[in-house]
Amino acid sequence: MEKSRRRFLKVAGIAAIGLGAAPAMNFAAKDAHGPAAASKVKNEAALHAERWGMVIDIKKIDAKLAKKITRACHAHHNVPDFTHEVDEQLFPDTRPVNHTQEIKWIWKEKFHYAFPDKEDEFLNEKFHHLPFLVLCNHCKNAPCVQACPTQATFSREDGIVIMDYHRCIGCRFCMAACPYGSRSFNFRDPRPFIDETDPDFPTRSKGVVEKCNLCAERLAKGEQPHCVEASEGAIVVGDLEDPESNVRKLLKEHYTIRRKQTLGTEPSVYYIV
Amino acid sequence: MTKNMIVTGLAVFVLAVLSPFWFNLVTTTQAAPEPELLGRAKEAKKCVLDKYDMRANHMSLLDEWRDAVVRDADRIYVAANGHTFNMSLSTGENSCLGCHEDKAKFCDACHTYTSVNPYCWECHTNPKEIQ
Repeated sequence: MEKSRRRFLKVAGIAAIGLGAAPAMNFAAKDAHGPAAASKVKNEAALHAERWGMVIDIKKIDAKLAKKITRACHAHHNVPDFTHEVDEQLFPDTRPVNHTQEIKWIWKEKFHYAFPDKEDEFLNEKFHHLPFLVLCNHCKNAPCVQACPTQATFSREDGIVIMDYHRCIGCRFCMAACPYGSRSFNFRDPRPFIDETDPDFPTRSKGVVEKCNLCAERLAKGEQPHCVEASEGAIVVGDLEDPESNVRKLLKEHYTIRRKQTLGTEPSVYYIV
Repeated sequence: MTKNMIVTGLAVFVLAVLSPFWFNLVTTTQAAPEPELLGRAKEAKKCVLDKYDMRANHMSLLDEWRDAVVRDADRIYVAANGHTFNMSLSTGENSCLGCHEDKAKFCDACHTYTSVNPYCWECHTNPKEIQ
């Protein structure tokens, strides 16, 4: 066999093509029947809505019931209470507590703080004593979502403004943006201040913001939010976009107000007063 | 003379290059721990992905699951092998810890050996550890 440069280059070229072909074919074969078979779906019992909303009937709520609702929500979501006595054995190195610190998802507020634009010199006296339950309004134009630099807070398709705590970097822009004070920051590890940890919901860690999630984890199982269950009929959640829904019926029948409506955030929580 | 020098030099070089192997021959090292399958996980036999895929990719799977649950509200995972799972690390019967009941022997054994410190448990709770 004659040896020439030309012949050597030919053989080398063919060999190079052959070497390249194997990985390319493997890649093509993998794509054909890859991991496409696995899928992620919703629970069959899950509740759906175009846009979730809430109606709170203040006339049905007294101070005792308000406390019960707050307790139900906070206990099930492992919201810390800084007045809680720390277990010295479990958490030996816990620093002394600053009692002005608070973390809250749903709480009792005075009328003139909840509705400062509706405060009036000659306002009916009873409004000053009613326990207005306030929480995240799950706004249609949520300013916190626009402020979040990591998309840890976002508007879900069904209108719930929810957080991915994994992504929160603790910058607190959302807290500055929220006109309702619905967000709390974990200045310290919340675990020593949780009375009884509910295993069905994670706790948070130091350095993240938290707020009401409209019990997304319960709606996904077809259950009503904790506050609705504890409220003895005073709180109702439902689909704001569905004219036949329970919340729309209530809105048709009653005069309702929303918090700081003039700001244009379009809150999804309505109050019957 | 030169030849001897070169041979000796080569021998020393080979010995030095292979030193990690000699070192391992004289010292004993701990074998990598195998994740232990106990209780329900042992009976089930089938996990979300096959064993080797799971070993290599469980962290990306968890990452994918989190996005599906939090962002799209999809909470059920229908695996390629036909089984369905609750996409949750620690809550419910059909979650990771629901089946792999012993976190210490399943998660921690390998993570400790490889000096990996995932921060899952700063927020997620092990139902067994709650008094």
